[in-house]
Amino acid sequence: MENTLLVELSRSQFALTALYHWLFVPLTLGLSFIIAIMETIYVKTGSAEWKKITRFWMTLFGINFAIGVATGIIMEFEFGTNWSNYSWIVGDIFGAPLAIEGLMAFFMESTFFAIMFFGWDKVSKKVHLTSTWLVAIGSNLSALWILIANGWMQNPVGMKFNLDTARFEMHNFFDVIFNPVAVSKFLHTISSGYVMGSLFVIGISSWYLLKGKDTLFAKRSIMVAASFGLLTSIFLITTGDESAHQVALKQPTKLAAMEGLYDGAKREGIVAIGQLNSDKKIGDKQDEFDWSIKIPYALSFLGFRDINAFVPGIDDLVYGNKKIGIEPASEKLAKGKIALNALRSYKNAKKANDLQEAKKSLVKFRAYEKYLGFGYLKDPKQIIPPVPLTFYSFHIMVGLGSWFLILFALSLYFTSVGKIEKQRLLLRLGLFSIPLGYLAGEVGWIVAEVGRQPWAIQDMLPTGIATSQLDSSSVAITIGLFTVLFTALLIAEIKIMLTQIKLGYKGA
Amino acid sequence: MSICKKILFFYVDGFKSMKVGKKLWLIMFIKLFIFFFILKLFFFPDILQTKFSNDKDRANFVIENITKCLTISKANQ
Repeated sequence: MENTLLVELSRSQFALTALYHWLFVPLTLGLSFIIAIMETIYVKTGSAEWKKITRFWMTLFGINFAIGVATGIIMEFEFGTNWSNYSWIVGDIFGAPLAIEGLMAFFMESTFFAIMFFGWDKVSKKVHLTSTWLVAIGSNLSALWILIANGWMQNPVGMKFNLDTARFEMHNFFDVIFNPVAVSKFLHTISSGYVMGSLFVIGISSWYLLKGKDTLFAKRSIMVAASFGLLTSIFLITTGDESAHQVALKQPTKLAAMEGLYDGAKREGIVAIGQLNSDKKIGDKQDEFDWSIKIPYALSFLGFRDINAFVPGIDDLVYGNKKIGIEPASEKLAKGKIALNALRSYKNAKKANDLQEAKKSLVKFRAYEKYLGFGYLKDPKQIIPPVPLTFYSFHIMVGLGSWFLILFALSLYFTSVGKIEKQRLLLRLGLFSIPLGYLAGEVGWIVAEVGRQPWAIQDMLPTGIATSQLDSSSVAITIGLFTVLFTALLIAEIKIMLTQIKLGYKGA
Repeated sequence: MSICKKILFFYVDGFKSMKVGKKLWLIMFIKLFIFFFILKLFFFPDILQTKFSNDKDRANFVIENITKCLTISKANQ
């Protein structure tokens, strides 16, 4: 029952739509708060200049929101068509968060959006400001629910598999929403949006300064964005650290791939920069890197909060490590097959109305349930995600995140001392950092999603089993359609935005 | 003026005074039309909803699917 091409196409289709969707979301998350801060300054000072500044960025926010809105709905279509097994299995867990998201997003954003855009000079300043803040909070809360769902896939908690309904059923709502992986994922993701929003404002303002146009507006915008960006960058690094800690605890294979670590050790260092040895194979004695620079002890400390901690490598996770108490993957595969066979026996016993056999099979299934997903794998090596893609994506993300912190600090400093317009190199770097912000967000998602392969649900359901049996050519056609459609939307957004930017803030 | 009328005029005035917004609404409508009336209808049927009329049949179908394919290849990860 394998159709490798179909699974690969379904994955590519989902990846394409998710990556395109993520081009629109982070700017909405970040720019909404920057606008709210700018409007707060306007309300506090009563300055007409700040009102114009707020309205200019609000226009760009509106363009991004309008073009990006509903691009995520495509992924829900795909769940029903391309991932029908998966969507049925997780329906009970995902139903509540996604329904709450839909309701909250619709009511909160649609109501206060109207006041934010149509309410200038029609409602009081305070009502307008409150609406702007509520749009920002509402947009960010919308992201909460989908990220809870994603966090559950990385660390399935608060659920039990029902063999009769073939569904993971929610047993504890609070375990699901306070899942530590979901909490850290939510905070890390929204803070990446704040950084993106700040980069966007700094980049465009830098362009104005480079052109010598609307300089007061540009400097004021940079001041707000750099302050917000600096604070949220620190928050981003903190939440990233917590995310990585959760990965170390819950998804050790992902951590090993992120670090290109094959041979685990105590007091393990973190790779600051390096080039993977492309000939390296699991279990051989070759070096992991052609060259690398490591920060000693850092991986043990950041991963496990203990510089003496053992960090398992890919070899330890595949072949086991008795000294440390790591079970070989081959044993997990054997236990997974017991769980899968018990599931099959239960199903057959129920069909034959043999309740005694069904009960026996259920007891056996429960004993081996946590290994269920391993039962589908042929080879222990299959537990390892694609190492180069995960490793390089992770390091690009971290490198860019560090650069953004420096950019915000320098921009804030030079704006504070009134010398920002003379720093032409910094202004150019600010402008070119806009696409880098998008790149950092996208590679971050690659780390999260490619790094957890082979699982659709960690340890429980491999991606290959989650797909629907469809005609591969129909999936290929929709990939083509999406590429054309989303590219057209992106071009439209960039074109409309550039027109507005060229008009300047006085034309907003 | 009643509160309903005020709200109505608020929206009508808002839409009338839009500049770039009109273009954006047009793009939004075209996009939503493509999503819901072309993609959803012709390319993205909900397989379990269209194939089966009740949850019991859907559950049996999925159980069948996840128990018959006992192993996956490396490429299917």
